[in-house]
Formats: sequence, structure tokens, C-alpha cells
Amino acid sequence: MKISCDIDIRHLTRVEGHGNIRIVIEDGRVRKARWEVVETPRFFEAILVGKHYENAPYLCGRICGICSIGHTLASIRAVENGFGITPTLQAQRLRLLLKHMETLQSHILHIYFLAAPDYLGVGSVLPLIQSHPAVVQQALRLKLLANDICDEVGGRRLHPTRTVVGGFTMLPDRYRLGQFRQRLQASLADLGASVDLFATFSIPDFQRQTEFVSLKGDGDYPFIGGDLISTDGVVKEEREYAAMTNEYMADWSTSKLSRLSRKSFAVGALARINNNFAGLLPEARVIAEDFGLRPVTHNPYMNVVAQLVECVQVVLESMQVIDELLAESWQEPRQSVEPREGIGVAAVEVPRGILYHCLHLDSAGRIVKADCVIPTSQNHANILHDIEALALFCADQGKTDKEIELLAEMLVRAYDPCISCSVH
Amino acid sequence: MTKKTFLGVPVARPKVAFFELSSCEGCQLQLLNNEATLLDFLSLVEIVRFREGMKEASDAYEIAFVEGSITRLDEEEQLKRIRSHAAIVVALGSCACFGGVNQLKNRFNDLEWVKKEVYGSFPIDTQEAKPLAAVIKVDLEIYGCPIKKEEVERIVTDLVLGKQIHHPQYPVCMECKARENICLFDLGEPCLGPVTRAGCDAWCPSNRLGCWGCRGPSPEANLAQLQIIMEERGISRERMIDRLECFGGFAGYLAGIKTKEEPR
Repeated sequence: MKISCDIDIRHLTRVEGHGNIRIVIEDGRVRKARWEVVETPRFFEAILVGKHYENAPYLCGRICGICSIGHTLASIRAVENGFGITPTLQAQRLRLLLKHMETLQSHILHIYFLAAPDYLGVGSVLPLIQSHPAVVQQALRLKLLANDICDEVGGRRLHPTRTVVGGFTMLPDRYRLGQFRQRLQASLADLGASVDLFATFSIPDFQRQTEFVSLKGDGDYPFIGGDLISTDGVVKEEREYAAMTNEYMADWSTSKLSRLSRKSFAVGALARINNNFAGLLPEARVIAEDFGLRPVTHNPYMNVVAQLVECVQVVLESMQVIDELLAESWQEPRQSVEPREGIGVAAVEVPRGILYHCLHLDSAGRIVKADCVIPTSQNHANILHDIEALALFCADQGKTDKEIELLAEMLVRAYDPCISCSVH
Repeated sequence: MTKKTFLGVPVARPKVAFFELSSCEGCQLQLLNNEATLLDFLSLVEIVRFREGMKEASDAYEIAFVEGSITRLDEEEQLKRIRSHAAIVVALGSCACFGGVNQLKNRFNDLEWVKKEVYGSFPIDTQEAKPLAAVIKVDLEIYGCPIKKEEVERIVTDLVLGKQIHHPQYPVCMECKARENICLFDLGEPCLGPVTRAGCDAWCPSNRLGCWGCRGPSPEANLAQLQIIMEERGISRERMIDRLECFGGFAGYLAGIKTKEEPR
């Protein structure tokens, strides 16, 4: 069937930041298939130059309103690696718990508020308050739990206050940590209901072969630091991140872009599962398998399912982390920090994929040079090539204008892009 | 939605819209982050535009909440359009009120260096970061990085009910004392609590992080005295300035004590 369409979406809705989709098909031939990033840059890497290291986590957290915890932790790790500081086991556990709860909060926000409305045929979560009250309530309960724990551990759910180089300014209340463990246990029922809900959704059947990049697990499912890996077989150390990201600019984007073995690659929940499937806990792995999510899955729409699987993973791991914390008495929250000249690199898995911060520090602890490579900036080129392939697929299948528009929007949303973060 | 009443009188549900300029979009997300009262809050207003949360978009709104600062000409034009549609424009968060962290790039005397440091030779469009009030008339400012959702809900409720909106005149220090916190200066940390506008309930100092002044100066701020306190406590001028210049609220005071920086 010959089809024609002219889709021009300026500032795609239900994503963080500003991006445009343009698809033009004439008599079944794709004339144009574009993903454009038009976000205004904020120049964080220049802002950091000359600043004392204590500014870095405080400022970098403000790169992003959703994953501020991830940016804060990446910045702290970069400074600590630069100074040669090893965080205490207690600080590592608290940071992982905080990181996990940001992942849960962010994934639930995306799954329910940004992605699910497409599968339920509405424009936003607002009509669902009337039509699916139980679904909205379970989403709010999960998000509230994650945010409450972030408040307790990080001091604040957005732009955390207690997280500093060397550890924490304050420790959480042990009694409340115990209560959170019970709420995490109870949240598994809400996550089970979320899995049941997703089983009723029809995930678009679209594939495009690509490369997936993430942290490399060592029998575990990694979130903070360690080696880097791609599904095409590239393995690098954390400090070699630039050889993994290979940033460049193009005229269609104010965000920098990345490539590795092919013309683009993907990061995020799907990339993590594709690389570290064996590290998933059995309860999480079963859910992945039930949805047909096995390595290597090349359907980008499956990223939302991968996020759901990760929600279960982080809830189970968080319960374990709380058990470990409560099994020992509190140690000093913060260790002393001695600045020294050096280059610190941090790789952290944040909700949308692997995030790198690199800081060059002088002997007084001032920042000489800064580099932040954002998950969504690594995904932009992959999104563009997916849109091109989707346009060909739709032209071939003879989809209607409305269907193509919705599929294209859902495709970009599936990446859960954080566009203002990517431009920073 | 059930009809809201206040003292038995039905309350109008104004049409509201949310917009974002250069920002992290965190202030808008803070509104979704109040899960316990979110549904109540949503019944108070009719949201007709919220790009980050909904597909539908309308220009028929009475109240516009604008997050972020201005860093490009298209943002100035967008802001003027918003002003022409809205009866009330609210600057949401420190970026909109003062330029926020974005204005830290203004501290260098060479904007071309700033561009080059991040983008190399790639041409990129930007200007000095400005608050909304530099381009349009702003009716109401909601301070904070991030905004405090309890405060926003109170302000929006007052706005909907037609009540006068008051910001505290006193500094964060008052709230911090009321919470019986250990003074951050006694812990050897710098803190802008003595000069920063209250309303956050001493959010950061209560978590043992000295205040960074995200809400700007309180009308009663005594900045000369702050400098003396910092000196007495042995806190360097550099650390004091790091905090005073972080969000742009103290720009007026800083202009008198600091010149633009030469990029290193």
C-alpha cells in the first residue's frame, strides 16, 4: 500500500526537555525521518572551572531534576577517585540505597506517568485518576516510598542535601530504616500488579540491531563504578570512559552525541539487562523471561519492560542493603578529605543509562577541567537511527498518519530521554 | 472531579499552564513529587498545559507557571507570548527568579570562552542567563532550588482563593533556630542562613548542610555583618562568594565586592 504522511512534532510531550520529530513519507517513500534536539545549553562544564571541589556535587546535581541523586553521586565519586579516597562500606551502602530509590522513583514516573498513557489510549495520567484509580494509587504509593527513602538517606528527594565528598553530613534514623524495609516488602505486591498491568499492553513489535553499553557486572547487577562493556565485545576500564563515548557534534542537536563500534549505541535499562542478565535476582529474571526479555533484545520499546524488571531488582537489593546496615552499628558519617592533584572519573548507572563525570583537580582541590557525559546524549544518535528505521517500517506496513505519529512518539518516550540533562 | 468549596463557597478552578525555559525541570517535577497530596492539589486547578506530563496543550490559561532562566532569544519570544496569554505569570524556582545556577556562567568576562570550553569550535547560540523579570512583568515569585512543594501548594491555594500572598521577611536562621538545629557555624561550616529569605523551614541546615542562599536575600539581610561572621569563623572569602554567587539572588550585593573573572 502506498502511503503519504507529514508528521511535524515540535517539542514532544511527556518527555523531559525539548526535542522534535519530523517524518515525511511520499507515496510509500521515506523523504525525511529526523530526531532533533533543540534544548538550550546551560554550560555546566564551564561553570565548574575554577570552583573548589565542594561545589561540584552541589552544582552537578542541578544538571537534572529527575536524576539529581545520580549526578550528585557521580560527581562525588569523581572527586573521591581524583583524591584517591575510598568511601567507607557504610557510605557505599547508603549511596547504593539512595541510588536504588532514585531508580525506583524515576522508573515509576516514566512507566506510569509518561509511557503508560499511550498504552491506555489517553493523553496523560489525568484521565486515569477517574478511569483507573487503583493503577494511579499503586503508582503513587511506589513513588512515595522511593521518595520517602531518598528524603531519609539523602536529606531531600530532589537536589539531595546530605551527600558530600567523604560521606554524608548526617545518617538516617535506624528505626525508620527498619520501617522502610517493611514498606519495601509490601511494595512487591504493587510491583506485581504493575507486571500484571503491563502484561495486558501490546508492545510494538519493532527491532533494529544496535550496540548496548553499560557497566560490566561481576556476577552482580552493577550500579556504581567498575568496568565498562558493550554487547559488541568492547570492554574498558572506568577511567577510559572517553574511548567508550567518543563524543561529537552534529547540526541536528545541541546535545553532544556518541558512537562506538557502529554508527550509534544505546544505554539504559535495556542495555543493562542485555549486558548483565545473569546478575538479575531470580525474582526479577523470571519477570524478564515472562516478557520475552532476554539478551540481546533489540526492540527499543522493551526498555519500559526492562525498567519494570529493574524496579523489582532494586527493591529486593534495597531490602538487603538495609539488613546489612542494621546489622552493624553506625560509624562516623564522614571521613576527612585531603585534596590532591589528579584526574577523577566516575561511571554510575543512573535511571536512563550510564553517566560519566570526569574532573581534573589541582593540588588545592580546585576544578581545572570538567566533563560530563549524559546517558541521553549517548542515546540521541540511536534514537535518530531508530526513527529512520521506524519510518521505513511504517511505510512498508502501510500504517496510517495517526499510527505513525503515535509509534514515533512512543519510540522516543521508550528511551525515557532526559533532554535538558543531555544538553546541560 | 468533585467541586471544591471553601467555607461553603464554591471555589473557581483556574486554568493553569506550566512552561520551562533553561532549567533542569526539577521544579515542575517537585509538584508531581508530592504523592500524598497530589490528587487534592490537582483538583484545585485545571491543568491545560504541562508538556512534561500531558499531550494536550491549550493557550487558554489564566495562570502561567514558568520555570528556568532565559539564555536564548527564542526563550524571550516564548516568554512574551506566555505573558500575553496569562493574567498571572508566576516565576517558579530560583532559575526563573534570579537566573539560578545557569547565571554562574555570567561570572566570566568572556562568553566566547564559555562556549568554546564546552563545544570547542562548534557554533552554539547562547546569551548571559537572565531571570524572567528582565524581559516581562512577573506577578509572583516562588523561590528555591528546588521549590518547596508545601510552600507552592500554600501559595497556589492562596492564589486560587484570592488571598494576599506573603513571603517571610526574616532569614532562614530564624527557622533553623526554631527547629533547634546545631548552628552550622559551630560545626565549622559556612552558612548563608543569616541573610537568606526564609520559607524553606531551614531545609538544608536541618540536614547539616550550610545554606547556599537559593532563595535570595531576605529583605532584612545584613550582608556586611555576614562578612564579619565569616571572617570571625575563619571561613575564606572564596567559600563565602561560592555560596553568594551560586543562584544569582545576591547579584546586586556581589557587584559591589567582586569583578568578573578571567577564565583560567
